[in-house]
Amino acid sequence: MKSGVLKLVMKRLAVALVTLLIVLFAVFFATSMLPGDTASILLGQAATPEAVAGLREAMHLNDPAILRFLLWLVGLLHGDLGTSYANQMPVAALIGGRLVNTMKLAAITTMLSVPLALTLGITAAMLRGSVYDRTVTVFSIGVISVPEFMVATLAVLLFAVYLKWLPALSSVNEAHSVTDLVRIYAMPVITLTFVISAQMIRMTRAAVIETLSTPYVEMALLKGASRSRMVLRHALPNALGPIVNAVALSLSYLVGGVIIVETIFNYPGIAKLMVDAVATRDLPLIQSCAMIFCLGYLFLITAADIIAIMSNPRLR
Amino acid sequence: MTMARATTSRRSFLGHSYSLVGVVAALVILAWTLVAILAPYIIPHSIGDIVDDDYFGPMRQGLWLGSDYLGRDMLSRVLMGARYTVGISLAAVFIACFSGVVLGMIAAVTGGWLDTCLSRFLDAMNSIPSKLFGLVVVAAVGSSIPVLILTLAVIYIPGAYRFARALAVNINTMDFMTVARVRGENTIYLIGSEILPNIIRPVLADFGLRFVFIVLLLSGLSFLGLGLQPPLADWGALVRENIGGLPFAAPAVVVPSLAIASLTISVNLLIDNLPQKIRDRDA
Amino acid sequence: MTNLVEVRDLRIEATTDAGRIVEIIKGVSLDIPDGEIVALIGESGSGKTTVALSLMGYARPGCRITGGEINVNGKNMAAISEKERARSRGTDIAYVPQSAAASFNPSSTIMEQVIEVTRIHNLMPPEQARQRAVELFKALSLPDPEGIGARYPHQVSGGQLQRLAAAMALIGDPKLVIFDEPTTALDVTTQIDVLKAFKSVMRAGGIAGVYVSHDLAVVAQIADRIVVLKGGEVQETGTTAAILSAATHAYTRELLAAFEPKPRQTQANADVGAKALLRIDNLTAGYGPVRTNGQPVVRAVDSVSLLVERGRNLGVIGESGCGKSTLARAIAGIHPAATGDIVFDGKALERAAKNRSRDQLREMQIVFQYADTALNPAKSVEDIISRPLAFYHGLDREARSKRVDELLDMVRLPRTLRYRRPSELSGGQKQRVNFARALAADPKLIICDEITSALDTVVASTVIELLKELQRELELSYIFISHDLSVVEAICDQIMVMYNGERVEQITPDKVKAPTHPYSKLLFSSVPKLDPTWLDGLVRDPELVNQYGHR
Repeated sequence: MKSGVLKLVMKRLAVALVTLLIVLFAVFFATSMLPGDTASILLGQAATPEAVAGLREAMHLNDPAILRFLLWLVGLLHGDLGTSYANQMPVAALIGGRLVNTMKLAAITTMLSVPLALTLGITAAMLRGSVYDRTVTVFSIGVISVPEFMVATLAVLLFAVYLKWLPALSSVNEAHSVTDLVRIYAMPVITLTFVISAQMIRMTRAAVIETLSTPYVEMALLKGASRSRMVLRHALPNALGPIVNAVALSLSYLVGGVIIVETIFNYPGIAKLMVDAVATRDLPLIQSCAMIFCLGYLFLITAADIIAIMSNPRLR
Repeated sequence: MTMARATTSRRSFLGHSYSLVGVVAALVILAWTLVAILAPYIIPHSIGDIVDDDYFGPMRQGLWLGSDYLGRDMLSRVLMGARYTVGISLAAVFIACFSGVVLGMIAAVTGGWLDTCLSRFLDAMNSIPSKLFGLVVVAAVGSSIPVLILTLAVIYIPGAYRFARALAVNINTMDFMTVARVRGENTIYLIGSEILPNIIRPVLADFGLRFVFIVLLLSGLSFLGLGLQPPLADWGALVRENIGGLPFAAPAVVVPSLAIASLTISVNLLIDNLPQKIRDRDA
Repeated sequence: MTNLVEVRDLRIEATTDAGRIVEIIKGVSLDIPDGEIVALIGESGSGKTTVALSLMGYARPGCRITGGEINVNGKNMAAISEKERARSRGTDIAYVPQSAAASFNPSSTIMEQVIEVTRIHNLMPPEQARQRAVELFKALSLPDPEGIGARYPHQVSGGQLQRLAAAMALIGDPKLVIFDEPTTALDVTTQIDVLKAFKSVMRAGGIAGVYVSHDLAVVAQIADRIVVLKGGEVQETGTTAAILSAATHAYTRELLAAFEPKPRQTQANADVGAKALLRIDNLTAGYGPVRTNGQPVVRAVDSVSLLVERGRNLGVIGESGCGKSTLARAIAGIHPAATGDIVFDGKALERAAKNRSRDQLREMQIVFQYADTALNPAKSVEDIISRPLAFYHGLDREARSKRVDELLDMVRLPRTLRYRRPSELSGGQKQRVNFARALAADPKLIICDEITSALDTVVASTVIELLKELQRELELSYIFISHDLSVVEAICDQIMVMYNGERVEQITPDKVKAPTHPYSKLLFSSVPKLDPTWLDGLVRDPELVNQYGHR
């Protein structure tokens, strides 16, 4: 039985690898479609045709696209992300610190939202139909139905404008004390937590409710089991797969969320870097940032699938 | 499970039962659709005209929703914004769902390598976060209305495909599909006459859900300044340009936000409260 | 209180999808004395399971007990609190579900679930409970009683799970056990073992039981008394012997009549029968990758040859997994055979349906078991029956409409039904529409794959009668695939017995009393008879059971 799981997991990983290649290819070509000649953009309007031609040669721009893609891939494998057009700095150096900042934001959000969402989702399912359940459901539908920037602006209105507890903007560099830290991360984390938890609550609740309507839970009821025993002993162990899956999938919403949140709160993370790079059309930087996001996203959805495979009791 | 629907008050009409929430949601959607169609004829001021001496003016007679950061009439701008938000999203969701559903049904019925290739490729597309995809495309080819529509459509084709394919695969295992196949029917008949009528309801619900996603993504992109470019402004762009009014909760920033929320929440509520056909067998 | 169970004027309501409230149990009363087994019998929708579950004070979601008394062991289950009910469940009253496979929690071991009742009610220490469970496993003649508890539900066969579910019910020493169609999903050879095991433990413990079933022959073996239900009302109550020999109610008599051997028609035109309509030679079909010799890795049908004569019927009988359905699908070209020849009406047929000509497809029709999935729920009866008319015969709208009327007449359905959707028809009506669609093609051969298995006994026998009549009128031939010997016996001229993908024997119906192959012997002797002493008197060759009774 064990080998069956291993085989499925390996298969899923292979699919992820193929997907990664396709995604890298897509990112590379989408960014290569930029109108205008890269070399002339770089050298500015005063450049001589000879200089432009020389640079084109140096940048392999005359080579077929597929060759450039391979060159780019080889560079990636060596950790060479290219050089920013905007300020001629290595992309890797630009990204490094920013990536850490974004990871911190994501980590704090995860630590906060996962326990919160699971508790709310499971309890709502247990008390299905109650006022509590309906409140949670309406709240999560509400949050899902509005854009992330609205959640963020509402948070600013509430905490920064009316209550004046927190600053509206973040800046990581000025953290000297715990209070500073809280003040810096609070707004982005609150916003992200709202956005991600809503999805997670809905999916968790649905997963638990589905297992609660299975014949084996009815059987437990007919054995005289209490409500909490039915949920904790019979429903939850079988809903675990879907729940963990829901967590991983919801975390992948972080990717979309940080793009908005970092921009609104001026948080110096990689998403902000990328949005700025799009504004200046800094190709290598866009490519690398996009790649990092896709990697993170792919990692999370692959993890979700693998967990779903492993949690299938029939394969144990 | 199926019986637990009696929580909201429902009334019957023409062999269907309706819930109050569903009716209200449908009316809101209808209202915004009408506004989107009629906007140029009903706006009190041209959207470019500066009609207020002050910026972020309050709501008052003549300027029912106050003025924006340049002193332009917010009511007119929100009404015209509906046109862009609803119009672009509808066009995109139409393309996305039509292509996704047709491809999904074909893949399910045909099976084999076509199914495998399509599914692999579209799953890979699905592994690109939607906002990121939008960002990259906008960076590459700019953000004219056709580009926006196509980008939004392409982003949501894989989801529509996956959804329709899953439904169609279930239908495909039914014996009536086998009966039709051994009768000698071709693929077009199989997907059009045997599968589609059976999946149309969930597909329509998915259409609504995807419409919400697209509205949200479009607003998000516009909010980042990557969506519709000035002088055109959809609701997301209106929030962006008036974000300066946030500290004093100016109607210019609150109203477009509410407009987005009213539309998306209504669609979600309508999906959850669709009229149900009464099909009771006589007891 | 004289009886263990006294139900008085029980009423249960259900809320429909549209929010309408219907009474599904309309004033049922019944008594069960200590140690007696009472059968609740009736067709689907008669309310038999609902009544049985109400004895535990439980109504499925959407249903509500609205009136009456349910006195079990001195407690009115309808009136006491949910907490008190929970205290009775598992200890006073226990439940054995229809599908044990779905009712075992897939993520926990069997032993853990069997002794769970003792944990919930604090009946005994876990160690003692485990010993008790092993004793029950032995009493229910389960294989490997010491080790089976450590397995997970999906590692155990259906027949064993059903007995394990009984062990789970018995561990709390209940006074009453409810069996909800516990053998319906099992093959006949397996059913015998399970029934025997149930009967012996119930008798040994002197436990009272409620046995819910639609099968009168099964019930005759195990019940002391029978309650016949229809439409949520009790039709007739009596001792098993009385019901079987002197039923007074019309519905009960109908049920009994379905068991009587039907007079067999002799072939009117015997000379026609001489010609072969379908000949299959050495057909092999299966699943998985194909080996170099052209054979699939898993052979579901292994070198089967058969012959169907014009105007005659061939029955194919066997238990689940014997390959009979794969054979049907291979003949129809749905699941193309790997090797073998199919000669139909004098011409060799391609193995895959998609390579056969339209006329070849038209002349051989297949009708499936579940009319629910065989009829497109989104189409009206008219559309369903018209399609072959347009497709094969190119009839225009008017001609189609006329022909639909004729076809509905043929299958004895009212013409007004044409505007209905399948979901608005009863099970028997659906199967008739299913059949009318096959007739619309004007076929020479109809392959019937378990077409009566999903129907109630009474409905099934009328469908069989219809098939016979149509055969006389239209000179059809049938291949009749079934696990039910009585059905095949009633309509077929030849019976082929399949086991493990192979044809083990072919006999004529008049010889089913004396089959020659040992598997046929085992299979035929396992079909329950209405005689209440049948199970107790049944002696089976243990060697045979070992060899073929695979579960």
